[in-house]
Amino acid sequence: MLKKIEAIIREDKVNDVVDALKAIGIMGLNVFEVRGHGRQGGIQLVGRAGTYQVNMLPKIQINIVLSDRNLEAAIEAILKSAHTGEPGDGLIFVTPVEEVIRIRTRERGQDAMMYPGDIDDRKKKAAG
Amino acid sequence: MAPQINAGDTAWILVSCALVLLMTPGLAFFYGGMVRRKNVLSTLTLSYIFMALIGVQWVAYGYSLSFGSSIGGLIGGLNFIGFQGVDAAPNPDYAKTIPQGLFAAFQMMFAVITPALITGAFVERVRFKSFLLFSLLWATLVYDPLCHWVWGQGGWLKNLGVLDFAGGTVVHIAAGFSALAFALVIGPRRGFGKSPMEPNNIPLTVLGTGLLWVGWFGFNAGSALAANGVAVNALLTTNTSAATAGLVWMVLSWLDGRPSTLGIATGMVVGLAAVTPASGFITPMASMVVGAVAAPLSYYAIRFRDRRKLDESLDVWACHGISSTWGMIAAGLFATVAVNSDGANGLFFGNPGQIGIQLLAVAVTMVFSFSVTFVLAKALNASIGLRVKPMEEEVGLDISSHGERSYS
Repeated sequence: MLKKIEAIIREDKVNDVVDALKAIGIMGLNVFEVRGHGRQGGIQLVGRAGTYQVNMLPKIQINIVLSDRNLEAAIEAILKSAHTGEPGDGLIFVTPVEEVIRIRTRERGQDAMMYPGDIDDRKKKAAG
Repeated sequence: MAPQINAGDTAWILVSCALVLLMTPGLAFFYGGMVRRKNVLSTLTLSYIFMALIGVQWVAYGYSLSFGSSIGGLIGGLNFIGFQGVDAAPNPDYAKTIPQGLFAAFQMMFAVITPALITGAFVERVRFKSFLLFSLLWATLVYDPLCHWVWGQGGWLKNLGVLDFAGGTVVHIAAGFSALAFALVIGPRRGFGKSPMEPNNIPLTVLGTGLLWVGWFGFNAGSALAANGVAVNALLTTNTSAATAGLVWMVLSWLDGRPSTLGIATGMVVGLAAVTPASGFITPMASMVVGAVAAPLSYYAIRFRDRRKLDESLDVWACHGISSTWGMIAAGLFATVAVNSDGANGLFFGNPGQIGIQLLAVAVTMVFSFSVTFVLAKALNASIGLRVKPMEEEVGLDISSHGERSYS
């Protein structure tokens, strides 16, 4: 089974999260600059004469498609690296993915998700 | 003795002329940074176009209406139309030691930037064609007469002895109260007060502030029309007022949250606008008081305007109209002939009557500029319309008015 993670995180946490994913062997991902808000609603900025409310805050969305056997490890890496404990840390969404096709090789499904040195490759080597 | 051209004076006013010209691009970027990204080009154009529009109007007839032979103290005659006779010879009525052509060019730069100041009131929604028509009418019906009253030989306010060194009335109060009138007629931007209208690029505004401050040395110190002690004093008072107002604004902003960059930049411009009418008549220490008082006046004027839900979008009234009103009063308080023997003493130097003259000039400028602008704007609104269509406003004026994008 293939899954997609959409993680909405703080702008300033993007390098930490990408590094944490790389450290466990999650190699392929996409990063989007998005705007929005959650329960927190927005923030106050300082203008010419006093403050004003801004509702749409800049955030980073990281998209990862991966095998479900690696899902919890990836989630744990994001939870650890994106966490500050303050409102605005973000959310992680997980959805099923129908199919993945690698354009270069026409590989499909799980095969299309393999990279040398990635999380599955490492597990295989560790198992001997 | 025939008037003699002085090379030093001429060189300094040539430089000042260039410095004041630079203020209009400076203002364009000062304003351009504060609008939303879909209206940056439009906002820049609203300022830049005056270098072209008034560059032609002033030579054609604007200078003559402002500085031609006075008709009853109300308007200049047509003797300088097309700059005829405005050449290398000095005009002793205005400046004995520089060519009249240079005096006229220096004054042109003031006529260029003044209507550009007003554009802060109606950015992001004005219809370009109506704006052009309004601007030409405003330059002719408000700026030129007012300039004649205050600075023209035989002008009625000049004859009363009003102290306005570099344009507290003619430039800043006129622009500020015209901005207020225009904003009342055109109405708020769509979504004003509901969704935040975030400045797209505060660095542009900060850059514009720097250009304005540099240019203001030409504006105020150049208004001495000579390279002399009065010019040096004006440069010092200009710098001191801007510095003080910037610091005070920083503190006000800090007390309300954080020391905002946009706030500090705004405070500096407010200090510059405030000291303008007084700069050639007061001491540097007095200019510190001018800047220190101007900052809270304009700061709370912005708050007041905001609470009244009035979309005078970039606070021309609060930053220029209010601060320069205080500057005109300050000239009536702190002026001393020890600084400028061609000036007068103010209240603190034994001449309480000067305050009355200052207040009269302020009141006349406010009423005249506000009412003529209000009538012009109403008439244009009823005939060809002042605003773009709602859809054009949503898309942004860069695309809908000019067919261009600031950023691709």
